[in-house]
Amino acid sequence: MSLRSPLGRARGLGSAKSGTEHFWMQRVTAVALIPLTLWFVYSVIALAGADYATATAWLQAPMTAVLMIVLIAATFHHMQLGLQVVIEDYVHGEGIKIASLMLMKGASLLLAVAAAFAVLKVSLGG
Amino acid sequence: MSNGDRPLSPHLQIYAWQWTMVLSILHRASGVGLAIGTVLMVWWLLALSDGLASFDIVQGLVAHWFGKLCLLGWTWALFYHLCNGIRHLAWDTGRGFELDTARNTGYLALAASIVLTVLAWIVGYSAMGGM
Repeated sequence: MSLRSPLGRARGLGSAKSGTEHFWMQRVTAVALIPLTLWFVYSVIALAGADYATATAWLQAPMTAVLMIVLIAATFHHMQLGLQVVIEDYVHGEGIKIASLMLMKGASLLLAVAAAFAVLKVSLGG
Repeated sequence: MSNGDRPLSPHLQIYAWQWTMVLSILHRASGVGLAIGTVLMVWWLLALSDGLASFDIVQGLVAHWFGKLCLLGWTWALFYHLCNGIRHLAWDTGRGFELDTARNTGYLALAASIVLTVLAWIVGYSAMGGM
C-alpha cells in the first residue's frame, strides 16, 4: 500500500511519466488544422505554377503570413506528437528510442523555425 | 525488463485483413508521409525567401513529372489524414464504434479523400490554364 495520497500520485504521474497532455494537444492541434489545412490546400492550388513575384506577393499579405505561421506551429506540433507515438511503438531499445525521439523533436523544431523565418523574411520584405 | 514466458499478442500476419484495419494503418502511414512532405514545404518557403534563382530551382523540381507525382501523393495523404482524422475526433466523443458505422465511416473517409484529391487537381490544372 502506498502512503501517498491519490492527488500526490496523480501529480507524480508514476511510470506513465505524463498525463493526458499528449492526447489532448494532439486533438487541439488536429481541430485547428482542419480549417488551416483547407485554407493551405486552397492557397497551394491558387499558386499552382505561380511565378516568383506572384508567390512573394501572396506571402507578403499580412493575413497570409499570420495564417502561415499559425499553420506552421500547429502542423509541426501535431507532427512531432504523432511521430513520437510511431517511434515509441516501433523502437524498442531504451537508448535508441530516446536518441530517435530527440533527433525527431530537434528536426521538427528546426523545420518549424526555418519555415517561420522564411515566412517572416518574405513578409517583412527581406 | 525480461519478457519471460508471458503470453505474447499474435503477430500482425495472424489477423484476417479488414478494411477498418487497412484504413487505420493508412492513417499512420499517411501521417508519416506528410511529415516527409513538410520538408518540401519548408524548402519551398526557404527558396522563396532566398530569391528568384532558388525559387525557380524548386518550382522546376515540382513541375517535373516526379515532383508532380510526389505532390499528388501528398495531396491524397493530406486529404485522407484530414478525413480520417475527423473520423477519429468523432470517435473521441464516444460515437461511431458500432461495426457497421465504423466500416461505413471508413469507406466515407476513403471516398471523400479520393474525390477531394481529384477535385483539387482538376481545379489546380484549370487554374493554370490546362498546362
